Amino acid sequence: MARGRHYIVLALALLVAATPGEGHTVTDSAGRKIDVPDRIERVFAAGPPASILLYILAPDRMTGWPNPPTAEERPFIAERYRDLPALGRLTGRGGTANLEVVLKAKPDLILDFGSVRDTYVSLADNVQEQTKVPYILVDGRLEATPAALRLLGNVLDHGQRAEQLASYVEATFAEIDAALAAIPVDRRPRVYLARGPDGLETGVVGSINTEIIERAGGRNVAEAAGQRGLVRASMEQVIVADPAIIITWDRNFFERVAKDPLWAGIRAVREGRVYLAPTAPFGWIDRPPSVNRVIGLKWLAGLFYPDRFPENLRETTRTFYRLFYHVELTEPQLDTLIAWSKGQTPSQQAPARR
Amino acid sequence: MVEGTNPIPAGARKTLSPYRGIPVGLAILLGFLMLGAALVGAYPIAPGDLAAALGRWLAGATPQGQIDTVLFDIRLPRVLAAVLVGAAIAAAGAAYQTLFRNPLVSPDILGVSTGAGLGAVLGIFLSLPVAGIQLSAFAMGLLTVGLVYAIASLVHGREPILVLVLAGVVVGSLAGAAISLLKIIADPYDQLPAIVFWLLGSLSAIRKGEVWAAVPLVLIGLVPLVLLRWRINVLSLGDEEARALGVEAGRLRFFVVAAATLMTASVVAISGVIGWVGLVIPHIARMIVGPSFDRLLPTAMLLGASYLLVVDTLARTMARMEVPIGILTAIIGAPFFLWLLARGREGWS
Repeated sequence: MARGRHYIVLALALLVAATPGEGHTVTDSAGRKIDVPDRIERVFAAGPPASILLYILAPDRMTGWPNPPTAEERPFIAERYRDLPALGRLTGRGGTANLEVVLKAKPDLILDFGSVRDTYVSLADNVQEQTKVPYILVDGRLEATPAALRLLGNVLDHGQRAEQLASYVEATFAEIDAALAAIPVDRRPRVYLARGPDGLETGVVGSINTEIIERAGGRNVAEAAGQRGLVRASMEQVIVADPAIIITWDRNFFERVAKDPLWAGIRAVREGRVYLAPTAPFGWIDRPPSVNRVIGLKWLAGLFYPDRFPENLRETTRTFYRLFYHVELTEPQLDTLIAWSKGQTPSQQAPARR
Repeated sequence: MVEGTNPIPAGARKTLSPYRGIPVGLAILLGFLMLGAALVGAYPIAPGDLAAALGRWLAGATPQGQIDTVLFDIRLPRVLAAVLVGAAIAAAGAAYQTLFRNPLVSPDILGVSTGAGLGAVLGIFLSLPVAGIQLSAFAMGLLTVGLVYAIASLVHGREPILVLVLAGVVVGSLAGAAISLLKIIADPYDQLPAIVFWLLGSLSAIRKGEVWAAVPLVLIGLVPLVLLRWRINVLSLGDEEARALGVEAGRLRFFVVAAATLMTASVVAISGVIGWVGLVIPHIARMIVGPSFDRLLPTAMLLGASYLLVVDTLARTMARMEVPIGILTAIIGAPFFLWLLARGREGWS
C-alpha cells in the first residue's frame, strides 16, 4: 500500500516535471531547430540588439538589460522596466559571457538578435549545451525586421503584437520604396556616416552599421571592396568622396565639424546638411543596430527627400515611442527629441530651459 | 644580456669614416620617400600641381583652393607625423636596448604605450573630445613610467635593471587589465570600435596642430640622448664598469628613461599604439652601423622615420579605406624579427 502510494507520487511528479518540457519546436533564422517550452516567462537577451527587440515586443519577459540605461536614456524607457538589473552581454563585440549570471536569471529562453553567421551559430550551440536553456538566433538585418518580430512573436506566443509592429515596419518600408521608385540610384544623395570623436570611423557598404543609409534612399560613400564592417577613413578620402549629407550621433564630432577648417570644404558642411541623431532611449540610426532604427529610417528619409516625406516628425516620434517603447512622451520630452534631431543635444538644451 | 663584451668593435677608429656616409645616405632616402609620399593619396595631385603649390608656399602666398588644403593641412602633416613618430619611437627603442643591454627590449618595456593606451581608452570611455583623449594618453603614459620608476627606486636591490623591468612588466599588465576592463564596460556599438582603432594605431586623423605640439616635446627628449650619447655607450658595459669609468649609472639611467618616455608618450598620444618599430628598427640599425650608441641613434631614427612613412603611405593607399598601422607594422615586422632571430646573435653583440 505504502509502496503503491509512492509510485503514484512519483508518477505525478514526473507528469508535472514533464509538462513544461513538452513544448514545441521552432526554426530560428540560422535554420536551427530548437525545442522551446510552450510558456516562456523569462527571456535572457544576449546583447543590446536582442534586449531592444525583446523590450519592444514583450518587456514583461525581460530578465534584465545588458547595460544599465543611463540617466539620459531612462526617462524614455517605461518606468516599470527602467530598473531591471544589468546582466552583461553574452555575445557581440567583446562579449562578457558569464554563464552563471545567465543561469541565475533563470531564463526559459536565450535570445540573440544580429548576425547569424557560423561563429554565432556555434556560440549559440555551445551555450545551449552548457546551460540547457534553448537559445535562438534571429537575423538582425534591417530588411529582416518584420520577420524577426514575427518569429519572436511566434516563439513568445505574442503573435498579435508582433503582427502590429511588423505591419508598421512594412508600411514604413513600402512608403519609402514607393517614393524611391521614381528616383534612379545615381540621383540619390551621397551620404557619409561619421562615427567616433574624430568622425573618421565609418561602416562600409553592406555593413549592418550603415545599411540604414541605403534603406532610406541614400548612397553610402564608404565603398570598399574586400573590406567590411567598421573601418577608418582618412580626411583625404572624405574630401575625395565629398558627401552631400553627413549623419552622426557623436556629439563631440558634431560640435567640432561646424568649426573645423578641414571639414569646411566638404559639400555637406558647406550646405549645412550635417545631422545629429538622437540616442535616447536607443540610437535612431544605429548604436545598437536593432529595431530602434525604424524611427531613424523615417527621420533619414525625411532628411534625404524633404519634399517627398513632408511627414510631421513630432507626431511620428510620439506614435513610434508609444507603439514601440511603451512610453507616452510629454510635450517637453518631445521638444527635447525634436531639438536633438535638429542638432541641439540635451546638455545644450538644459541651460536654455532653466 | 651582453656580459663584458666591448660594444665598440676592435678597430672602430679605422672604420669610423665609412659610417659617416650612412646617415647622409639614409637622410637622402628619407627625403625621396617624403616626396613620393606627398605625391600619392586618395585626392589626385599631379606632380606639377605639387610643385606649383610648394612654390606658392615658398613665395609666402596664402594657401587657397582644395589642393592646398589637402596638401598643407592633410597630406604633408601626415607625412611629417609619420616621420616624427617613426623617428621618436626608433630613438626610444635604441636608447632602451642600449640601456637595458638587451636586444629584445622595446620602448614599451616600462609601460609607456600601455599607459598611454589606458589614458586614451579612458578618454574615449568618458566621451572626451579628441584633444582630451590625446592629453589623457600623454599624461597616463608619463604617469605609468613615473610609477614604475618610483616602485623600482623603492626596492633597493643589487639588480636595479631587473627590478625596473619587473616593475615595468607588473605595472604594464595592470594597465593592460584596466584597458580590458574598460573595453568590457564600454558601449560595444559606439565606444568599443573607437577603442580598438586607437589601440591599433593610425595617423588618419592627424592634424597640423598636433604635429606642431609633438615636435618640441620630442626634441626635448632627444637633446639629452644626443648630449649623453657617449655616456650611454659606457652604460651598456654594465653598472660596475660604468662606475669604474666615472659614470654614475643610476642617475644617467633616470635621464635616459625620462627622455625616451617623453618622446614615446608625446608621439603615441597623437598616433595611437604603434608596435614593432621600436623593437625591429634599432636591430636593423645595429646591423648596419654596429652597437655604438652615437652611431646607432641617428641611423635608427632615420630608418624608423623611413619605415613608418612607407607603412603609413601603404596604410592610406593600399585599400579604399584605411588599413590600421598596427596591423601593417606587425605583418611586416613579425616575419622580419623571426628572420633576425634565426640568424642568431650576430649583428648586435
